[in-house]
Amino acid sequence: MANTQAMTTSFMGELMTATHNFGTAPVRGTSATDSFKAALYLTTATYNASTTAYSATGEVSGTNYTAGGVAVTFGTPPTATNSSTTAGVAFVTPSASITYTTVTLATAFDAVLIYNSTQSNKAVSVHTFGSQTITAGTFTLTMPSNTTSTALIRLATT
Amino acid sequence: MALVTTTKGEMDETLLEKREGSLDNDNESTTWVEYWLDGELVHRSAHVALKKNVSSAVEAASFN
Repeated sequence: MANTQAMTTSFMGELMTATHNFGTAPVRGTSATDSFKAALYLTTATYNASTTAYSATGEVSGTNYTAGGVAVTFGTPPTATNSSTTAGVAFVTPSASITYTTVTLATAFDAVLIYNSTQSNKAVSVHTFGSQTITAGTFTLTMPSNTTSTALIRLATT
Repeated sequence: MALVTTTKGEMDETLLEKREGSLDNDNESTTWVEYWLDGELVHRSAHVALKKNVSSAVEAASFN
C-alpha cells in the first residue's frame, strides 16, 4: 500500500452542503436545503465569474417576469464520486427545468444567474445561451443530465 | 382547435402563421416557435437545453 496525495472527493461533496468552514460562516437557523433562484440577464449585461450576488442591474424586465426570477429546484442532493485514487467529482444539477411562463421579454437576453436566495442572494453560477426574446410565450431552460461529466455544477480533481 | 396565447389574447392557431427554428451547438440545443398575424409577431416561445456545465478544478498542494 502507498499513500496518495489527493483532495478527498467527500470533501468536495461536503463543500456543496456547507459542512466545512475555514472562515466565518453565515449563521444557519436550520439544516434544511437553501432556496435558489434563476434570474435572466440582457445581452448587454456583464455577469461572469466575478459576480458575487444577484443584482437587478441588467436583468430582463417585461410582462409576467418578476425581478429576481423564478425558483430553482434541487431535488437531488450533491453527489461525490471517486474516479481514481487522486481524482473525483462532486456535482449537482437542478432536478427540474427552469420555466418562465407567459412572459414578454422584448429585449434580447442570453444568460441566467443561479443564486442562493437564502444566503443573501449570493451567486452560484452563470450560464449563457444564444440570444433570445419572448413574446407572450414561455421560456424554458432544460438541465443537462445529473452525471459526473454533464451535471450543471461540478467540482473536480484530476 | 388549438389555442395560442398571443399579444392579442388567445387565438385559434389556424388563423396564425407558424414559424419554427432550432439551434444546436456544443453549448445548447434550442428550439423556438413563433406565431405571426398579418406581419406582426404575436407569440414567441423558446426552449433551451443546456449542454455545457460549469466546472471548477480543485487541488491539494504538495509539500515538496
